[in-house]
Amino acid sequence: MRDNPVLRIVAKIIIPVILLFALYVQFHGDFGPGGGFQAGVIFAAGFILYGLVFGTEALRNAIPPGLLRFVIALGLVLYAGVGATTMLLGSDYLAYGALADDLIGGQHLGIFLVELGVGITVSAVTVTIFLAFAGRNDP
Amino acid sequence: MISAQLPALQVVVPLLAAPLCLILHRPFAAWLLTFVVSGISLLVSIALLGQILEQGVIDYTFGGWAAPFGIAYHIDFANAYVLLIVTAISTVVSIFAKRSVASEIEAHSQGLFYTAWLLCLTGLLGITITGDAFNLFVFLEISSLSSYVLIAMGNDRKALTAAYQYLIMGTIGATFILIGIGLLYMLTGTLNMLDMAQRLIAVADSRTARTGFAFLTVGLGLKIALFPLHLWLPNAYAYAPSAVSAFLAATATKVAVYVLLRFMFSVFGIDFALGAMPLSTMLVVLGSVAVLSASTVAIFQHNLKRMLAYSSIAQIGYLVLGVSLATPAGLTATLLHLFNHALMKGALFLALGCIAWRLGSVRLGDLGGLGYRMPWTMGVFVIGGLSLIGLPLTAGFISKWYLVLAAVERGWWPVVLVIIAGSLLAMIYVWRVIETAYLGKTKEAVSGTEAPLSMLVPAWLLAIANLYFGMHTELSAGIASQAAMVLFGGQP
Repeated sequence: MRDNPVLRIVAKIIIPVILLFALYVQFHGDFGPGGGFQAGVIFAAGFILYGLVFGTEALRNAIPPGLLRFVIALGLVLYAGVGATTMLLGSDYLAYGALADDLIGGQHLGIFLVELGVGITVSAVTVTIFLAFAGRNDP
Repeated sequence: MISAQLPALQVVVPLLAAPLCLILHRPFAAWLLTFVVSGISLLVSIALLGQILEQGVIDYTFGGWAAPFGIAYHIDFANAYVLLIVTAISTVVSIFAKRSVASEIEAHSQGLFYTAWLLCLTGLLGITITGDAFNLFVFLEISSLSSYVLIAMGNDRKALTAAYQYLIMGTIGATFILIGIGLLYMLTGTLNMLDMAQRLIAVADSRTARTGFAFLTVGLGLKIALFPLHLWLPNAYAYAPSAVSAFLAATATKVAVYVLLRFMFSVFGIDFALGAMPLSTMLVVLGSVAVLSASTVAIFQHNLKRMLAYSSIAQIGYLVLGVSLATPAGLTATLLHLFNHALMKGALFLALGCIAWRLGSVRLGDLGGLGYRMPWTMGVFVIGGLSLIGLPLTAGFISKWYLVLAAVERGWWPVVLVIIAGSLLAMIYVWRVIETAYLGKTKEAVSGTEAPLSMLVPAWLLAIANLYFGMHTELSAGIASQAAMVLFGGQP
């Protein structure tokens, strides 16, 4: 597919939009439909499109497997870390109220960080699954 | 302050360590983290047990959401006891894992291996500690998925098919459990087990409750490898890496048995589970068949890991027989056997791990004369084997004794006969190994003798524990009977 100029150019235009839309879904999760899981999958869809059009080799060059593994772990560390932080601040695990001076502010911050963690891990895992299946014949 | 957070730490520490392990990735660092985290979990579970001895049950709510609405952990004797088993086994086996895993798994996968190990530990601890039915399902999936990965990492190619088989069966089991929980949620409108138990009393006599109970029992039957649902287990244990066989054999099925007990006794209540539903009859039949058939099949196995796997299925039969008696004595015997079986299967699988490390094989035919070349390893095997048979002065004897007494108390003489027959069959398959190792001919041109200390020490720790708990039963039987009382009280 990498010889098809229409596909290449459309993909190049559309991928940044997909990534931006993923971020919108991620950060708008507080107020409307959306959240970490959906955003993560949309974000990964941008990478998967890149991989489909330009080949898995190019995708691997863009995000090396070592980095992907790190990002998978990072999201979970962020999630569990928020819980551990509330514990260190003298509250129960994942009691977001402890994160800020007022309860509402703390809960906003807490859910924001936790959803971000979910989004990071989901997007990296989705790309990893894609690479695992699509890249089977690669050297 | 820390003491109030212990219930969360029990699960959070391994959960947080798993991604860190993935980041570290280097074999030694990953192993060290796994060992340290297992050790911390063990300390936490001991501290939790101490707290319960002092002040009774512990409740912990997550995120500041009060009990029936938020996720709550509820810890009493029954689950503190299982937590102790899981963390202790994980700690001991993780010492062993260092050399064993290094010889069986490629260096670049070892980081992933230990990550899966920590996730499996997280899942098992989470299942045990939680007081929320859906939370239990989530942790069940965490532990199951990571154990499929662990099994698939065995160096035999058959490990992949074994793991796939387990994946299919395990997923069917998990689906049944989810449907069961879903039906209960539909009926009671709550997922908190304590709350569910109270609301179930009024609606227990409904088809939904009975269907939910049936789904849960069958799903958990798959997870504990109860007799006709056990087919995934022999291959999974036989082809998994040695350390994984030891870890899973000593913990995974135990935790599933605990969940079954929790739902039977704490959620549905004994009158419903063993009175209104015909579960007692089913368990006594399936348990007896499991003991007799699996022990017989074990006699004909050439792969010793497979032999021990079949023996595990027979031991599940004993556990189920204890439950089917529906008396506090029977339940005590079951809980005691959970602990003792973890010790003996742990010791036996670690001994096989040492043999696999030295010979690269655990086939009976390769073991000739091994008793003289690896005396310490075979010593562990002999002690573990005697405990499996149930010889006096070993832990196995204590649990069989309690079980026989409980059966006599109910006047169920056929069950007593089944237990004794099971012991005799165990004697045959353990003796085959001992005979080959001590009286068989040594194969020529095999160099090397004993396994390294880092593998022998944990194996001996478990072997000595087998002897210790065969003579001092205050701790094991004491807590088991307390836990049985708690479960019988109908309060989780």
